[in-house]
Amino acid sequence: AENEQPWETPCTQLLVFVAAPDCDGFPSLESKEDYKLSVSGGSLQLFADAVWGALRGLETFSQLVGRDENGTYYINETEIVDFPRFAHRGLLLDTSRHYLPLKAILETLDVMAYNKFNVFHWHVVDDPSFPYESLTFPELSKQGAFNAMTHVYTASDVQTVIEYARLRGIRVIAEFDTPGHTLSWGPGAPGLLTPCYLGEDPSGTYGPINPILNSTYQFVSGLFQEVSTVFPDFFLHLGGDEVDFTCWKSNPKIRAFMKEMGFGEDYKKLESFYIQRLLDIVSSLGKGYIVWQEVFDNSVKVRPDTIIHVWKENPTPYMQEMANVTKAGYRALLSAPWYLNRISYGQDWMAAYKVEPLDFEGVPEQKRRVIGGEACMWGEYVDVTNLTPRLW
Amino acid sequence: GRRAMGRAMGLAGLLLGLFLVPAVLVSTSLRHGAPQTEPPPVPAELELASGAVPEDSVWPLPQRLRTSPRQLQLAPSRFQLVHGAGSSAGPACGLLEDAFRRYYEYMFGQSRRRQRGHRPQGRRGGPELSQLEVVIESREPACHSHPRLGSSEAYHLTVTEPVAILKADEVWGALRGLETFSQLVHEDDYGSFLVNESEIDDFPRFAHRGILLDTSRHYLPLKSILTNLDAMAFNKFNVLHWHIVDDQSFPYQSIYFPELSDKGAYSYNHIYTPADVQLVIEYARLRGIRVIPEFDTPGHTQSWGKGQKDLLTPCYNGEQPTGSFGPVNPILNTTYDFMTKFFKEISSVFPDAYIHLGGDEVNFDCWRSNPEVKEFMKKQGFGNDYAKLESYYIQKILDIVSSYNKGYIVWQEVFDNKAQLKPDTVVQVWMQNNYAHELSSVTEAGFTAILAAPWYLDYISYGQDWKKYYSIEPLNFPGSEKQKKLLIGGEACLWGEFVDATNLTPRLWPRSSAVGERLWSSRNVTDLHDAYKRLTNHRCRML
Repeated sequence: AENEQPWETPCTQLLVFVAAPDCDGFPSLESKEDYKLSVSGGSLQLFADAVWGALRGLETFSQLVGRDENGTYYINETEIVDFPRFAHRGLLLDTSRHYLPLKAILETLDVMAYNKFNVFHWHVVDDPSFPYESLTFPELSKQGAFNAMTHVYTASDVQTVIEYARLRGIRVIAEFDTPGHTLSWGPGAPGLLTPCYLGEDPSGTYGPINPILNSTYQFVSGLFQEVSTVFPDFFLHLGGDEVDFTCWKSNPKIRAFMKEMGFGEDYKKLESFYIQRLLDIVSSLGKGYIVWQEVFDNSVKVRPDTIIHVWKENPTPYMQEMANVTKAGYRALLSAPWYLNRISYGQDWMAAYKVEPLDFEGVPEQKRRVIGGEACMWGEYVDVTNLTPRLW
Repeated sequence: GRRAMGRAMGLAGLLLGLFLVPAVLVSTSLRHGAPQTEPPPVPAELELASGAVPEDSVWPLPQRLRTSPRQLQLAPSRFQLVHGAGSSAGPACGLLEDAFRRYYEYMFGQSRRRQRGHRPQGRRGGPELSQLEVVIESREPACHSHPRLGSSEAYHLTVTEPVAILKADEVWGALRGLETFSQLVHEDDYGSFLVNESEIDDFPRFAHRGILLDTSRHYLPLKSILTNLDAMAFNKFNVLHWHIVDDQSFPYQSIYFPELSDKGAYSYNHIYTPADVQLVIEYARLRGIRVIPEFDTPGHTQSWGKGQKDLLTPCYNGEQPTGSFGPVNPILNTTYDFMTKFFKEISSVFPDAYIHLGGDEVNFDCWRSNPEVKEFMKKQGFGNDYAKLESYYIQKILDIVSSYNKGYIVWQEVFDNKAQLKPDTVVQVWMQNNYAHELSSVTEAGFTAILAAPWYLDYISYGQDWKKYYSIEPLNFPGSEKQKKLLIGGEACLWGEFVDATNLTPRLWPRSSAVGERLWSSRNVTDLHDAYKRLTNHRCRML
């Protein structure tokens, strides 16, 4: 509104008060992101318990600053008390289906900060390519990346991402998805994947990780030892989705193992056998884990503090799945209605916005187990040429 | 940027792993004049040093393409694109000079070995292709004119040692041939530029191959438009259908009526000045692309009313004007005075023989509500049939535009609502529902048609929707041979409701490429696997 009054005392400083700074630490699931912003006659103050809240407050403050027709910057007197409803607010990027140059990842982290996202779920490897340069197993990316010279993330790249994220209050949770989604691991780790059979003979193709060999667990142990050191977050995402049993079924040694273990024809038991050993390895490394919902659906024995990531819309409607997961006592993350790679015409943001994560039958204690959700941008049709406009 | 093919093949291409040899491929000696004996048996692997087959990235697929395994090397420091002896075009032909430089950059741009040099004496090495000679055969090369619907885009390309020859009737064919030639040049594992001996005979199946850009729903900066003209040239598109104004904004800065954009554009920064417009037209011309502007009336004109009082119909609620406006007011003389002057300007600003006049989606509610319009309907004996009023308006506009010696294109409603159209009107079919039937009707009535209905690329969806666009067969409608001839082509449309400079390019390409091949290549080029392979390579090159 136009008025003739001169501006109030020009504000020269935003004072930021942080109770318990921990400036050099990493954000975690328990981090406090609360803040209070107070803008009144000549005094601008931002209060936060931790630096993470200060970051959120700075973002809000920057959004309140306006500019009038004369170009003068101004801000209205404001009182804000803010904190996130959900503690885990994530974004998944898939750098296996298409390599994403570092710049694209860093740019995404910037925009995540504008939107107060605090988890970067890095689905770094999968079937099509293995861009993660491993110290322990350099052949993995040498043989598995789209191009071992150009389409890789060096150790330094990874640290750059982690630090860039940290400075924005964003946790980096790496996902090394097994036992399925691992075709690219094969070339650099001979003997890791299950050889599929056509009758009596190997067909030449490979399936999921071979769960019956000791060498598998040695390898997995070595890799996750490295990954646990490289990524400072308490949690690792271990995948566990969409394991296709056809190859296992075709392999005579696996069939023999199934018999030996008394699993009958139930390959879910074999999957569980693998997953359980994996979870034990990762636990012993002092990490917590997030897994895709199949691990829960297939009754794998998991630690009580496991986080189950709900992504499927069928056969069980995802809200029902949320209820089941939380009823069983596990914490849950919601992604099912937020697969942003599934583009469609028009203002589809509304459908995403209307989702109410707690819209399921359950007691308050269950609802509390929903720690948040993640928007997913799977990379089948996404690379640096279209990532940003598709995501934002 | 554009780079030579070869190692640039994506994983997808490698996974396909099959070096499918198209039926047209024949391994044969291509020495000009050499007697054709029994062609030698096709070698089991028609592979090159890099493991790729030259046709693996040609898009759109030429009408006739023959390659041999024999490869020629190109040295960037020596290779030249030149005018051939006997060509009616020479150094004065700016269009070709520009094209030579552009295509040289596309082919060798990444190479650092571009300093001029001579081939060392006595040097071993494979056979070298030293130049591509361009010969324009028609007496009038058309260097300084604008492309037209009837322009010849045919070309004949022979690639043999030591000199390749590109023959075309007019410069437009030469442009198409240069694009194809640049697609055949590839790099081997050692970074050497190679091209296979080949012979190509090519011409477009359809003469009108367009892209529609909408600069009203969202303003598109000049750079966006020019980038897309480049992409169009890579895909042999030859029409930019510039849907320049609409309800939301009027970015076209008119010389006679500056208020139109002053009041109707989103802001002063969101306009196209006369210089901008000429830049687009010339940039397009140099790529053999016609620019057909669309000034859509009488509907879709909200933004016109801001700068031109009394142009739009005031809507009424009972006796009172509501304050809002509807389509152009068809009953006032001032409307036609305005349109006469306005289209005089448009006719002189845009050199193409055609102007698109729109005529779609006219909502009659506002007309119906206006007492003066109702009165007029009575006087004219139109009864309650507002389609008649719409036709009355359109006919007058068509007459105005005709008087400036321009042809016109209209959306299908103009035909559907039975306006009196001149026989050379072009009708653009856009409504999805039963468009084959519409094509039959339009062509049966003797009108030329353009197909857009199945190619609304703004309707995005998940997955490989390019396949759906590729699989459309435009002539799949009931009709005689004569009728089929009246379908002169089609357009891929990218309406701007959800599109601006931040997402235009990835949304339009390479999906439009599917439409590009459908409109250029032969009817029987339909194999999706082969298309996938070529398209993935073509796409990487376009980047």
